[in-house]
Amino acid sequence: MKKLRERAAELLSQGVVSLVLGYEEGTKRPRPLFCRNSVNAEKLIFDSRCIHNLAVYITKKELVGKERFAVTAPISTLRSIMQLFVENQLNEEKLLVLTVDLNGELREFTTFDEIAAYVAQFELKRGEREQELLSKIEGMTREERWKFWMEEMSHCFKCYACRSACPLCYCSKCVVEVNRPQWINPWPAPLANMEWHINRAMHMVGRCTACGACGDACPIGIPIDLITRKMMEDMAPEFGYIPGQPAKQGNALSTWKLDDREQFIR
Amino acid sequence: METKYISQSGIEQWFDAIVTSGKRVFAPVNSRGQVDFKPVKKLSEVADEYIQTTQSIKASVYPKAEVLFSYEKVNGKVNLTDFDPESVPETVLWKVHPCDAAGFKPLSAIFNWDTTDKLHNAHLAKTSVISFSCSAADESCFCTSVNGSPGNTAGSDIQLTMLPDGGAIVEILSPKGEALVALSPSVFVADKGEKKEKYLVDLPVRFNLEEVNAKLNKAFNSTVWKEQSERCLGCGACAFVCPTCACFDIQEDAHGSKGRRIRCWDACGFALFTLHTSGHNPREHQSQRWRQRILHKFFYMPERLSVVGCTGCGRCSRACPVDMNILEHITSIAKQ
Amino acid sequence: MSEQNTYLPYLMTIEKVIKEAPGVKTYRLKFQDEAEAEAFEFKAGQFGEYSAFGEGESTFCIASSPTRKGYIECTFRDTGRVTSGLASLEEGSTMGFRGPYGNVFPMEEWKGKNLLFIAGGIALPPMRCVIWNALDLRENFKDITIIYGAKTVNDLVYKSELKEWSDRPDVKMVTTVDPGGENADWKGEIGFVPTIVEKVAPSAENTIAIVCGPPIMIKFTFPVLEKLGFKDDQIYTTLENRMKCGVGKCGRCNVGKLYICKDGPVFSKEELNLIPAEEY
Repeated sequence: MKKLRERAAELLSQGVVSLVLGYEEGTKRPRPLFCRNSVNAEKLIFDSRCIHNLAVYITKKELVGKERFAVTAPISTLRSIMQLFVENQLNEEKLLVLTVDLNGELREFTTFDEIAAYVAQFELKRGEREQELLSKIEGMTREERWKFWMEEMSHCFKCYACRSACPLCYCSKCVVEVNRPQWINPWPAPLANMEWHINRAMHMVGRCTACGACGDACPIGIPIDLITRKMMEDMAPEFGYIPGQPAKQGNALSTWKLDDREQFIR
Repeated sequence: METKYISQSGIEQWFDAIVTSGKRVFAPVNSRGQVDFKPVKKLSEVADEYIQTTQSIKASVYPKAEVLFSYEKVNGKVNLTDFDPESVPETVLWKVHPCDAAGFKPLSAIFNWDTTDKLHNAHLAKTSVISFSCSAADESCFCTSVNGSPGNTAGSDIQLTMLPDGGAIVEILSPKGEALVALSPSVFVADKGEKKEKYLVDLPVRFNLEEVNAKLNKAFNSTVWKEQSERCLGCGACAFVCPTCACFDIQEDAHGSKGRRIRCWDACGFALFTLHTSGHNPREHQSQRWRQRILHKFFYMPERLSVVGCTGCGRCSRACPVDMNILEHITSIAKQ
Repeated sequence: MSEQNTYLPYLMTIEKVIKEAPGVKTYRLKFQDEAEAEAFEFKAGQFGEYSAFGEGESTFCIASSPTRKGYIECTFRDTGRVTSGLASLEEGSTMGFRGPYGNVFPMEEWKGKNLLFIAGGIALPPMRCVIWNALDLRENFKDITIIYGAKTVNDLVYKSELKEWSDRPDVKMVTTVDPGGENADWKGEIGFVPTIVEKVAPSAENTIAIVCGPPIMIKFTFPVLEKLGFKDDQIYTTLENRMKCGVGKCGRCNVGKLYICKDGPVFSKEELNLIPAEEY
């Protein structure tokens, strides 16, 4: 942590970057910090409690301007950053990525390839929570699953914290806000909520890196991250992806191949 | 106003009498790892150990989505069916926190200034509030800084202050409260002279409202909005859990020749909230939207509607995915 | 009496459809209920919420003059879900109307003054209401000057009325189109509205200027008026923030302590100075 603070202060004072996106202590757990000077760098922390996916900020025009900036990134954030690269949303020249490895060493990445090489060491596995909930859901019949999710979704009030917290939800106008035609009823109601969440999931297929930011952001505790995670797990073998690795070959729902084994798409 | 005493078994009896009377009873229930207001039939369903429900009781007088009227097109003509106040069931809210009950005043101030709001008023008329004073608080609570207190009775029809013996001091505050007492009159006995204040949590005042107001009067062009809102994600979590946020959208639920016009919750933090058809957006940046949220609650509402748009419940701070802590932010504005 | 539901619209019959310009139409609307028609009153400057049942509501001013009784008119451009739904309606069909909402142009206070109307593009409708109101009470006012501009000749709305106004001896009418927007028959001015205002140079003496147009036009017209000697209390405009309820509750048009839908849409420049310009 000391090294991170020193390096951040150095990067800022030398003008290498104009902003270090990191974490500071918050009310109950660490929160994002926009560190713009070396004095504030003293507030930076980086430990296992730092789970916000800061990649959500790095595509926002109003926050990230023309200047180069740094972002501190645990593995889950690194995965999102790679996916954003694949989707042509980032500029390598503007981005410096900092992480602290398992040995407590500060690592700096300036290219996509460096990040990819580093992340390749880590297998994307279910955590305890995900394992527990997903095995429960996997054990359900189709009818039980529908009932479970309808009940969960019935609590949704469409604050769109899931969308706002997701690094890959960077559209300036979301499908839910399109009204010609009105694909999704915009008010909260059990079925209209399901419409939104199914749409969200479909837009994440082959893109989601299972960072869990959406589920973590949900103020009413709907485990929506499990939907996109499960879809990622299920489709990876079908499309030759490695879970948590960027879909270099293109996203499942926005690309197709001449030799696709399905007939309907040819 | 009258003060009575009710024993533990009396509370159980009274609760059953309310349920038996046919009124809907909503109370905090612990399920899915969250405590929130849900319909209950038994006192045993009501949650015990918690500081605050995730959502406020706002939805009981301002539903998340509600039909303003419905229409049917017949041979080029249109028939309208108005909202029917009689369709709203009698509802009792049990174990409401004082900060939640206090939210009815700012809500009604918004809905009823100038023209009145038939829907909100219909819900209000059919809703009775039984609040419980607070014996505990957490670091997000600040009711005492916004004209409230753990024993504030504003917005309540009855307030209970729980006593160590399992019984409670009962403050009967309105005719609606009297009607609820009348459902089981024998369980309410003479007040034992216990002082309510003894059982309330001590919550120090964290900022001076007048001071904040004076600072905000000059803060429109301050850099504080950008500084504070940089991490804000622009979702609607804070607005939707808030007991006083009332911004709404009007939408159409069309099904062929029939349909319904729906009012649903909206939030000033959403990027498209103020977007003009022309593409011009007066609040293009999150910092402008954060400024609107704070100025509206702590400056515009006091000036315009003579009521603060915040009850200090702390829900927004707890619900925020990125810890936009309103107490911390307001306190820092007060100190500027 | 039971409480009124603010959101329940009046049912209106589209009595007449006028195609004004590409994508722009004027509807003349009549109340289906006679008692409602009888009780309905409004003043110049006010607006309403217009319903296409099945699509929703949209906000426009009342474009007809309160001096013309028995109907109201609205002019709108087909730009979104609701306006396109409205545009697809035919003469004789039913639509909804809520209103009148908002404040009014203080025409009583303008008695005995010169009136200078400056409008751009689709912003003529709110002004048309005032123009006809003034012309119908012509003796109340001194000189009346109208400067109206649009991008192209095609985009000019109320074409027959523009001719009617310019034919009147008691109105000074100046029409203009943006450079490049003229056609072979064009006899009016060529140039942006602020430039033409400067060229026409109306006197500020005992004159009220009413300016309606896109924000960019207003931004460049105000300094011209100032140069011509107009004081802030001599200049009026209408704001068109996004609105849903029209009655100061939904929160969209809240700017500073004001609600544009309640405290506006009509503002003098003097009043505008009191609210943050970046918010409208």
